[in-house]
Amino acid sequence: MSGKSRFALALALAWGCVLLALAGTVLLVGADLDAAERDQAVAILRDRAAHVVVAALLLLVPLYFAVRVLFRRYVSAPRRLAEDARVMLTANPAHRAALAGSAETRRLAAAFNAFATAHAELTRDVAARVHEANARIEEERNRLAALMSELAQSVVVCNSEGRILLYNARAMQLLRKPIAGDAAAAKAHAVIGLGRSIFAVFDRNLIIHALENIRDRMTGEAHGPVASFVTTAPAGQLVRVQIAPVLGAEAGKATAADEDAQRAPEGITGFVMLLDNITRRIETGSRRDSLLQTLTQGTRASLASVRAAVETIASFPEMDNAARSRFIGIIGEEATRMSAGLDRAASDFADSLRTEWPLEDIRGADLITAARRRIESRLGLPTKIEDVAESLWMKVDSYSLMQGITYIVSRLMEEFGIREVRFSLAAVGQLAHLDLIWTGAPLGTETTMAWQTDSLELGGEASPITLKQIMERHNAEIWYQIHKQSQREYFRIAMPLTRPEESPTSVATTAESRPEFYDFDLFHQPGQTPEQDGRTLASLSYTVFDTETTGLQPSAGDEIVSVGAVRIVNGRLLEHEVFEQLVDPKRAMSPEAGRITGLDAAMLENQPTIDRVLPAFKQFCEDTVLVAHNAAFDMRFLRLKEQATGVRFTQPVLDTLLLSAVIHPDLESHSLEAIAERMGVSPMGRHTALGDAIMTGEVFLRMIPLLAEQGIRTLGEAREASQATYFARIEY
Amino acid sequence: MGKKILIADDEPNIVVSLEFLMRQKGYEVKVATNGEDALQAVGEFAPDLILLDVMMPRLSGYDVCQKVRENPAWAGIRIIMLSAKGRDVEVNKGLAVGADAYVTKPFSTKDLIEQVARMLGD
Repeated sequence: MSGKSRFALALALAWGCVLLALAGTVLLVGADLDAAERDQAVAILRDRAAHVVVAALLLLVPLYFAVRVLFRRYVSAPRRLAEDARVMLTANPAHRAALAGSAETRRLAAAFNAFATAHAELTRDVAARVHEANARIEEERNRLAALMSELAQSVVVCNSEGRILLYNARAMQLLRKPIAGDAAAAKAHAVIGLGRSIFAVFDRNLIIHALENIRDRMTGEAHGPVASFVTTAPAGQLVRVQIAPVLGAEAGKATAADEDAQRAPEGITGFVMLLDNITRRIETGSRRDSLLQTLTQGTRASLASVRAAVETIASFPEMDNAARSRFIGIIGEEATRMSAGLDRAASDFADSLRTEWPLEDIRGADLITAARRRIESRLGLPTKIEDVAESLWMKVDSYSLMQGITYIVSRLMEEFGIREVRFSLAAVGQLAHLDLIWTGAPLGTETTMAWQTDSLELGGEASPITLKQIMERHNAEIWYQIHKQSQREYFRIAMPLTRPEESPTSVATTAESRPEFYDFDLFHQPGQTPEQDGRTLASLSYTVFDTETTGLQPSAGDEIVSVGAVRIVNGRLLEHEVFEQLVDPKRAMSPEAGRITGLDAAMLENQPTIDRVLPAFKQFCEDTVLVAHNAAFDMRFLRLKEQATGVRFTQPVLDTLLLSAVIHPDLESHSLEAIAERMGVSPMGRHTALGDAIMTGEVFLRMIPLLAEQGIRTLGEAREASQATYFARIEY
Repeated sequence: MGKKILIADDEPNIVVSLEFLMRQKGYEVKVATNGEDALQAVGEFAPDLILLDVMMPRLSGYDVCQKVRENPAWAGIRIIMLSAKGRDVEVNKGLAVGADAYVTKPFSTKDLIEQVARMLGD
């Protein structure tokens, strides 16, 4: 009931009571009168009925004011207080109730205000703590991401369903897979990515088995069991995998889904995998083994012949000269054979013979740059470069080698006062010659000998290692030489050249791109369910893709010439998780298409054909929603290939062109350029498949909140809205 | 005397010494330089003892040994394996396929001669 009607009711009640009281008084007085007086009074009143009515009405006026005062004090004030309280609680915590109404109500309001103040303080305090905790977590995450990206080992972290939550650049590099067949022309595609299943890379049973072993051991002993196994990476390298479990807070609580062996055993919420490429180590091992075989067996046979001959001569001193010289001939021959065998073994297996200090591949030029920087900053001595061969690689422990070089230069400076040192690097056969060159008084042999065996002393700090040990560690030799004609003197370090296994620097150095390699929110990813339509757009994983084609008429035989795609996981575009592949269309490009895409026949010639590329692409976009601009066009090309390649793309598809029409129904242009400009996305690498895909992805990400404003939040809603637009009715 | 010894080894330099020594001891000696020849010689020459090298072309010493042991008619032939393969597994295999002794190269010729004599019951 509204305030007004309640007020009217209260007034009517009060009036009625007063009238009733007056009428009662009149009746009481009337009962006391005798008949004549009563008649007289009735007559008087009847004649003045109008006066009575007016008096009754006039009575309303004071009553109105009296009721109004009471109403304000006891009804309106508590009502307003209740409203104030609601405002404080929901809309504006800083609001305070007005102190009005009766004394009791005012006290009540004051109490409410006190509560509100206490509540606000508490909220502020909690918010501050949450903020602080978040900042700390963020900092830890970044520290972890930075640490992981610097690690020389490959690391992959997965949740209990085997979905990848975190990986580093090394892991991505190790777990690449060339497209079947055309290993030469095709790029290798990374098979790991955030939110992807690790079981696509390694056999599920291997991992489950390892985790079960861990669980069994966990019940026995207390601390961190680790399991390991050796398996093959997609590109064929041998990989040693070490698995350590990530234990949940509620370890031990059973979940029903454990039974199907699709996920990790109970209590384990995830696992960390350390991957080691042991291909080379195994090769070295087997080389060492075959060296041992060659040495023992070959030597045994020859020794047997020698020994038998010697013993024969010895036991038959009377044998004739012809026989004797035959035996001596055998001894000579076998001895020569053994020497040759040893020489061959020593040269063939030289690098397998020593236990290796952990050495890193480094480019010679980079090593020299580092050495120059160190000498200039530490010793303040100018340095120069003579000839430095580019692209020579060697295996070094750069810290100790730097120490060694700096040490020599510092002694040259202190004892011989050289003013400058120059570097040169050249390849001589299988060796690298790294020269430290200067001009000045010649050094004595004893000096250089002593330098090699003295402990290094740099800037007053003594180090237990000697130059000789450093050289041994590198399988290197160092010596001092004078070049007579040019009066130049130099120390030459000769060390074996190596081929770089892979160049990890190309991926790991971009600092700003680090965060893309982790996404802890995937810990809370719902399982792999077909109920995608009900999920919000922001929570889904997408593959945004684009194709370039020989022309615009798929039905007239136009073909795909390139496919580019990028992934979106948890609202982030993962620029490192991309697919980019040129395709040999087996037909000529239309001149128009050639002009737009900048591709020509020569570039496409040795590329894999579409039947090789589509399976790889399908694997790339597994478990994701496809997104493309004008998706109908690209999908039409893919559909036409279904029969030939046997690859079907069945996942849901979203079209940024249609979504743009949903967001801006009144605008005319929904070309990718126009949308990008509207959304503030800067164009990049246009008309390459990957460039367009990335641009489409950025546009799509900016559309998600705009769609939410229109009440379109889930995948299902987005698909329905797309269908309802005008553009959806255009058929390709 | 007149006992017959077959020397099966593809390394001529050891064969020269073995042949010389065995002849000096009064044995009748025949030489085979690969596994198949050796097996054929067992049939034709009917040796009392074979000095059998493990690593020979065509048929290895193990195979020759096994084939000899498969034929009951040759049950009396003693076999001494000579090999540059000296690992325990190889010695085991040699004895398992029927060799009477397994001698790792290099060996003492004096010991070998004594062993041959012992086996031939002199």
